[in-house]
Amino acid sequence: MSRLSIITSNKAQTTVESLYKDLERRISASPPGLCPVDLASSFLKLCHSQSCGKCVPCRIGLGQLQDLLEMVLDGEGTLETIDLIEKTAKNIFYSADCAIGYEAANMVLKGLRGFRDDFEEHVLRHRCKCELYQPVPCVSQCPAGVDIPGYVALVAEGRYGDAVRLIRKDNPLPAVCGLICEHPCEVRCRRTLIDDPVNIRGLKRFAVDHAGDVPLPVPAAPTGKKVAVIGGGPGGLSAAYYLTLMGHQVTIFEQRKKLGGMLRYGIPNYRLPREELDREIEQILSLGITVQTGVTVGESPSIVDLRKEYDAVYIAIGAHTDRKIGIEGEDAKGVISAVELLRGIGDGEMPDFTGKSIVVIGGGNVAMDVARSAVRLGAERVRIAYRRRSVDMTAMPEEVEGAVEEGCELLDLHAPLRIEKDADGNVAALWVQPQIIGPMKNGRPTPENSSEEVRLACDIVLVAIGQGIDSRLFEKQGIPVKRGVIDALNWSGVNAKDITGVFAGGDCVTGPATVIRAIAAGKVAAANIDEFLGYQHLISVDVELPQVRLDDRKNCARINMKERQAADRAKDFELVECGMTCEEANQEARRCLRCDHFGYGSFKGGRTEQW
Amino acid sequence: MVNVTINGKQYKAEDGSTILDAAASVGIYIPTLCYLKDINNIGACRVCMVEVEGCAKLVAACNNKVWDGMVVHTNSPRVRESRKNTVELILSQHDGECSTCVRSGNCKLQTIANDLGIVDLPFRKKVAKAEWPMKFPLIRDEGKCIKCMRCVQICDKVQGLNIWDVSGTGSRTTVDVSRNRMIKESDCALCGQCITHCPVGALRERDDIDKVLDALADPEKITVVQVAPAVRAAWGEPFGLSREFATVKRLVAALRQMGFDYIFDTNFSADLTIMEEGSEFLEKLKRSAAVDAKGADPSSDEAGAQGSAEKFPLFTSCCPGWVRFLKSQYPDMVDQLSTAKSPQQMFGAVAKSYYAQLLGVDPSKIYCVSIMPCLAKKHECAIPGMEDGARVSREDREKEVLAQSGGDKEKLGQLEPSEQASVPDVDVVLTTREVDRLIRAEQIRPALLPEEEFDMPLGVGSGAGVIFGATGGVMEAALRSAYYLVTGRNPDPDAFKKVRGNKGWKEAEFNLAGTQLKVAVVSGLGNTRKLIEALRRGEVSYHFVEVMACPGGCAGGGGQPIKDGEELAAERGEVLYALDKGNQLRYSHENPAVKQCYQDYLGAPLSHKAHELLHTDHHAWKMPGEE
Repeated sequence: MSRLSIITSNKAQTTVESLYKDLERRISASPPGLCPVDLASSFLKLCHSQSCGKCVPCRIGLGQLQDLLEMVLDGEGTLETIDLIEKTAKNIFYSADCAIGYEAANMVLKGLRGFRDDFEEHVLRHRCKCELYQPVPCVSQCPAGVDIPGYVALVAEGRYGDAVRLIRKDNPLPAVCGLICEHPCEVRCRRTLIDDPVNIRGLKRFAVDHAGDVPLPVPAAPTGKKVAVIGGGPGGLSAAYYLTLMGHQVTIFEQRKKLGGMLRYGIPNYRLPREELDREIEQILSLGITVQTGVTVGESPSIVDLRKEYDAVYIAIGAHTDRKIGIEGEDAKGVISAVELLRGIGDGEMPDFTGKSIVVIGGGNVAMDVARSAVRLGAERVRIAYRRRSVDMTAMPEEVEGAVEEGCELLDLHAPLRIEKDADGNVAALWVQPQIIGPMKNGRPTPENSSEEVRLACDIVLVAIGQGIDSRLFEKQGIPVKRGVIDALNWSGVNAKDITGVFAGGDCVTGPATVIRAIAAGKVAAANIDEFLGYQHLISVDVELPQVRLDDRKNCARINMKERQAADRAKDFELVECGMTCEEANQEARRCLRCDHFGYGSFKGGRTEQW
Repeated sequence: MVNVTINGKQYKAEDGSTILDAAASVGIYIPTLCYLKDINNIGACRVCMVEVEGCAKLVAACNNKVWDGMVVHTNSPRVRESRKNTVELILSQHDGECSTCVRSGNCKLQTIANDLGIVDLPFRKKVAKAEWPMKFPLIRDEGKCIKCMRCVQICDKVQGLNIWDVSGTGSRTTVDVSRNRMIKESDCALCGQCITHCPVGALRERDDIDKVLDALADPEKITVVQVAPAVRAAWGEPFGLSREFATVKRLVAALRQMGFDYIFDTNFSADLTIMEEGSEFLEKLKRSAAVDAKGADPSSDEAGAQGSAEKFPLFTSCCPGWVRFLKSQYPDMVDQLSTAKSPQQMFGAVAKSYYAQLLGVDPSKIYCVSIMPCLAKKHECAIPGMEDGARVSREDREKEVLAQSGGDKEKLGQLEPSEQASVPDVDVVLTTREVDRLIRAEQIRPALLPEEEFDMPLGVGSGAGVIFGATGGVMEAALRSAYYLVTGRNPDPDAFKKVRGNKGWKEAEFNLAGTQLKVAVVSGLGNTRKLIEALRRGEVSYHFVEVMACPGGCAGGGGQPIKDGEELAAERGEVLYALDKGNQLRYSHENPAVKQCYQDYLGAPLSHKAHELLHTDHHAWKMPGEE
């Protein structure tokens, strides 16, 4: 026998490794509406199979816990069973020798804390509270409920115009979303079970890019009702679009020079070209929507004034005010808020950063937007200081990668301390404190201060730490405000003092969120305003979907969009991302598994043909 | 048309047709289990899998379409193996105690398993259990449910009540009452369409046969049975009898063999219903016309504006499924229901008053059985307050005693104590399926039955009465007599045939002696909801609306024999219209037994006594959740 030998993995081990990968993908594409107790039991079975078997709590206890959970699931348990589960899980947690045992028990304990009512429902009523309303993963994840399998199938058939028309049924901004939607639809894509999620946003962009001019639907007969929409961002535009299609006369009141809201004053041209945005807005307005720009609704006109003249009002003012970071030296010349910078850029006012050294504070998409804009404005050096780890950034990973490719330096785990001014009051440096990563809290680790301080010499500090809502004037008029945001119900209604017919939605209700959520809010508001005005107009589209193909389930990875080379694109504000080629789009569209037809979607909730 | 190759032979198939339909059109049979044409094509059971060349996986034939050049194999080794394995899997979770199942011999799963030659199961059996209130008219057996989802679909898509839904997740996914409700708390109309569309024995009616057998065995009881119109069009189906042979007279013979003392026809009380409901409608029209001299155009708001309390349309009230639906879905419209009881309940009330007196017996001695194509009738006969026959009969006796004794109230003590107990008008309801089972239990050979007549006098029914069993029948019968009551002349009996036919929502206009009448006939609760919503939006307006909960009316009732995958309401309806046509009596008002009953006992339609016995207060009981 040799003294040492090289360890090689046998076939079984390599197969198991690949099964682990399968399981990882499976978990990431977990369908909606599952019973948490059932899942807890399944996880426990996996944990139990990992037990080495040495110690009693893990070897026997995890099995007994499973039995108890199964009893609960089978409706054979009592409240005492739940107590016994808790007691046993606690014992395993405290007495197991290694993490395989005690962390398995901890998962059960977390479940008992997080969904005890589900346990009780099984025990007391032999029922499961889970219900599945929208089984198609992408549609269920899309806040606006866009018929994704439908338009992907149309793209596969080369029917791009029909794809755009189908998207517009639920989302009047397909061009915008094709470029910058955060695509929550892709997160649980069932295709992930086979290889990767379908590139849904890419296919949407492809459809828009290749559809040419697609005429809008014809609005219903005029109702004579007038609706005021406050705010011309994506939410306000969406509400205006659908309300106009329903036959109501809509006027949009916009504070700034142009419509678009954060699409124009928050997202730089290299992600969303102005001509695309303008074209889409122009088309929506062509339905006959009146626009008043440069009007701030507040004192004059007040919401009460508007309500006198209009039959309903939709507040969609977004979240546009900058937040102060609250550190020493923030008043220095050269400290610019991201909101301020991007707003100027939106109106074509380009500051010159040539030769400047810049530090951006923040880790969200807006931080990336200002960092990458700064590069384009000629900055010599751009650093991004972020308190947590770069993986914890809320920005989309592709935005972070893009910024790094364009030369931005990531300084993660650096918390801003103070801003050093020179004698003239200009920024001289940002002092930051390196952080040491600490314990997990709410799913991400908290950074803790180290004892060091670091000076980042710079000329400009760009602050991108979130936006607030300017709701003071509305609050004065009796619009309820809760924790800084307008307090609207889930159907967009606002219980305002003395005024009826006031609706609100989007960022001003939820706090800063995404374009697609604003669009969804506009859609919900349109439906409920229509109802409030005494109508039941239905929004539908006469697009016949192609026959489902049966033969495209072969393994094939996802096509990602290419980008212009970093060195080139960093010099201008032109669009960074290149659309798919026709060949790519055809292949990608055929990867869709048509969950609207195969699986539960053929039974319930697969397609909402009208709303 | 597209070219399809199935099992090696080339065929033309309809463009856009499913593989299942394309195969069927050329005589190739692909087994199905969960599939129900136009209602459930979700490919859940995976029994209809076929092999399509070029597809890596097997394909469900029921919901995938053919394409030009498709090559299909319906019986390849892979298909055979899959189909059998799948059915074995279904059986592993199915309570296969066929010998104690009402659907044995008429079960899709049993047939497929037998066809495939499955003689033993390779899997361990795991049959789920769930509690169910066994006294409720509708019974669900979790152990038998194969989760085909047909019940969910029929209730959602056809009846629009969404009583059933998928419940639980993962391996425990099953069907249960929707929104985590219990069936007794739900707004189930008890139409029974989920039962008649269940492929197995998971859904059935509460079996009341033993109650009937007990009554038949009780020498103290006088058993009186009524047979609903639609029963005669369907009872022979499970025995393989032709519709021509399986007449109601042979059913009468069977019932007589079983030992029923008196066998009567619900057609009699259908005619009575027409007299009451028709008169009620005419009174309503008159009252409305009195308020609005311009006539009672139900669409004009003026009638209402001028303070008329008359709200149109008047709705028929014969269908208890519909009454349950209206009370739970649109409680504000309950006052628009005719107050006339259903023929079943009118029969019961008459049997325990007028007829008890004709027999000279105490009503409590009479045990009243009805044979109905319906599940909701089991609920209707047990509605509190449907106990009028014996009560009125007692009042009659009291008056008699007081008259004889010159007003001596002490003499009332002579009355039998039993007469004071509340007695239901109808004691028990058997569905058509149950009476068929009873025929089998009694070892009666239906093919050998002679034709026998109903007993008299409650065995006389008109052609107008018999068409109550088909959608439009009540309306047509009512119009025939309304015409007579207004003009004094009989119309052509077929004058109102526009309301016939199996369309879910029919409309017609007739001129009734100068008044233009707008009527509608609707069957199926999904259609009913559409009609009511249109009424409420003011898009339609009618004077009189007939509603039947089951598509096609009672002929397609939830208590009728089941033939999987076939909708037989239309065919059965034809039988009823033929019986009407062949009947010498075509008008309810000419039914001599009805006339006699009014003359000797009730007085006139809408008389005080008629109200006591034949009308009801729909507010006297509540649906779950009804305020």
